[in-house]
Amino acid sequence: MAEASPKKDADDGRDPRYKGIDRVLKRLQFKQDALIEVLTTAQEAFGYLPEEVMIYVARQLKLPFSWVYGVATFYHFFSLKQQGKHNAIVCLGTACYVGRSSDIVEAVSKEYGLEPGQTTPDGELTLTTTRCLGCCGLAPVVVFENLVLGKESPETTVEKVKYVLAGGSLGTAFQPEEAQEETATA
Amino acid sequence: MNRQELLEMAQNELDRQKKFRCRLLVCASTPCISSGALVVEDALKKAVEAEGLQTEIETVGTGCLGPCSRGPLVTVQFEGKPDVIYEGVTSEVAQQIVAKHLKGASVPGLDANVIAADWPFFAKQKKLVLAESGTLNPEKIESYIARGGYTAIGQALREMTAEEVCSTMVKSGLRGRGGAGFPTGLKWDMVRKAPGERKYVVANGDEGDPGAYMDRTLMESDPHRVLEGMAIAGFAVGADQGFIYVRGEYPLAAKRLEKAIRQAERKGLLGSRILDSNFNFRIDIRMGAGAFVCGEETALMQSIMGRRGQPVPRPPYPANRGLWGGPTLINNVETFGNITCIILKGPEYYASFGTEKTKGAKIFALAGKVSNTGLIEVPIGITLREIVFDIGGGIPDGRPFKAAQTGGPSGGCIPAEYLDTPIDYETLQKLGSIMGSGGLIVMDDRSCMPDVAKFFMEFCMDESCGKCGPCRGGTVQMHRILVKITNGSATMEDLTKLEELCLMVKETSLCGLGNTCPNPIYSTLRYFREEYESHITDHHCPAGVCQFTEKPLRIAVAG
Repeated sequence: MAEASPKKDADDGRDPRYKGIDRVLKRLQFKQDALIEVLTTAQEAFGYLPEEVMIYVARQLKLPFSWVYGVATFYHFFSLKQQGKHNAIVCLGTACYVGRSSDIVEAVSKEYGLEPGQTTPDGELTLTTTRCLGCCGLAPVVVFENLVLGKESPETTVEKVKYVLAGGSLGTAFQPEEAQEETATA
Repeated sequence: MNRQELLEMAQNELDRQKKFRCRLLVCASTPCISSGALVVEDALKKAVEAEGLQTEIETVGTGCLGPCSRGPLVTVQFEGKPDVIYEGVTSEVAQQIVAKHLKGASVPGLDANVIAADWPFFAKQKKLVLAESGTLNPEKIESYIARGGYTAIGQALREMTAEEVCSTMVKSGLRGRGGAGFPTGLKWDMVRKAPGERKYVVANGDEGDPGAYMDRTLMESDPHRVLEGMAIAGFAVGADQGFIYVRGEYPLAAKRLEKAIRQAERKGLLGSRILDSNFNFRIDIRMGAGAFVCGEETALMQSIMGRRGQPVPRPPYPANRGLWGGPTLINNVETFGNITCIILKGPEYYASFGTEKTKGAKIFALAGKVSNTGLIEVPIGITLREIVFDIGGGIPDGRPFKAAQTGGPSGGCIPAEYLDTPIDYETLQKLGSIMGSGGLIVMDDRSCMPDVAKFFMEFCMDESCGKCGPCRGGTVQMHRILVKITNGSATMEDLTKLEELCLMVKETSLCGLGNTCPNPIYSTLRYFREEYESHITDHHCPAGVCQFTEKPLRIAVAG
């Protein structure tokens, strides 16, 4: 997971995470059209897009910084702010909405005093909403710890978030019923 | 590779599959994986290995079968016997399946998990595009080739001219599956005739409509079919470069497509000199970064070129000036999925399904308040009643059907009195909705129509790219009025203003997002006007959703 600010590397005085960006830049032959891919790589490496990274990308691609900034702020995927260690994404697609996923958002935001898009002051949890993950058969859907959790309710989601923030793991092989028991006993 | 080698490869794979006495197919698409399909696949493999049967039984992860809410699904295929499909499989059930089918043990409780062979969910469907999706392994090209994969491109390259391919598409009556329903053959012909040195083919997989996941499933379940369709399109219009634009939220689809492209290139089925012909066609993946408006074709092209995904005015149409100024063919992923079927089985076969004006079958994502949710492919012209009550199994808890929402934020709601209308592009438009990309969300009496309209307007407000004024400002104002209606502070003048705004935004916006975003309001006002009125005058929400915490300003001021 990304650190709070880009850290300097002892070897060449540069953050090692820039190397990944350089690799992608080289693979895409410094084409200006490749901006979105480069930014995606940068976001994956840093967890968000710090200003100095965007400036670096702009220089490498010979684009104005305003252009890079414009693209980075246009797409929802890019974030200019540090994200929390854990990210709870609640789907607000139509099927989930009809299944009352807005109640889940409300429950989590009440529990942690967050608005969607915000991170807790300790940097542990970010609450995000998204538009349809395409798992409408399992509505309402929450993505937490990179797992798609189906048929959630406000109570089960808050329980799971509490469990993970307390240091628990939902496991890689996740089955809804089992985890609910797990979190209930935890 | 040439056509002869392709056929040999298909035969080899078929022979290899025949060596197994039985095949266990585990649905490995996103919904089933989230309900634990990978664990089940593992359990099946372990159980088979524990019995020492791995030479006789093959366990395969496949694409989507359809009934996503019943997952994880496992199909047991025996040579010469009908397939048995199990729903809601867990590790324990997986072990029982192995015990019952492979060792002949009797497991009494297992029948409860069997899906009946005549289940209307399957019986009423007509699978043209998703025909192989539940049976082949999307990560192995051999699996696709064994089912006749890449023979359509071979046929097109050897036996047809580009013109003939286009006229075949015209004859088939295929229309764009992205929502607008433009005849595909005509579009191909336009790009073919357009002057330009470099032409491009783009598959639009930026499926932003909430409640729609047809394209994702197709890309995940049968990636080669889409790639082959694109290559045929490339041959027909004279392009040598294709892009497939995948929505950022679909990492699995992108991964499988990437794998598929690599495999096909290695076998000489994509890339240079396809099937030893003079035709070259490369396909690259472009990942979206989360912007609904990028589903609009001109915005999508901007995004492919690495810019802000804002639409540009048409004309010039992409068919004349698209990517980097070259003529560009943009079709939906599902449209490309239809191509191989039309080439191989003939346009007449394809045209035998559907209605007079619209041919073939359409994939819908059935969701909301309906017993069987999932992905269905039905012949065009089927009635809504058949979809909701036969395939969908009706509304749970015996509640009444209130409306079906089609077309996402650009579509509208169809009320119960039109349940028997045959579905095609024209009839839906007459009802004030659109076919859209194929999201179909069923609502029961607990859904409040002004609230639903507010939901869609909030979506459009967030997703408006901000380039043109009517959409940027109009969506905010319409949303504000809908908030007022649902919190009790609206007056009847607000309703009139809302209707005026709808017309203004519809008529003056730059792109499809603005032109169609008033549709949810229009259609709910048309069929459920009394619901709006009772919100405003009586402060009563018939569905019991809205909380009336505010008062109209005039009353609040008067005390």
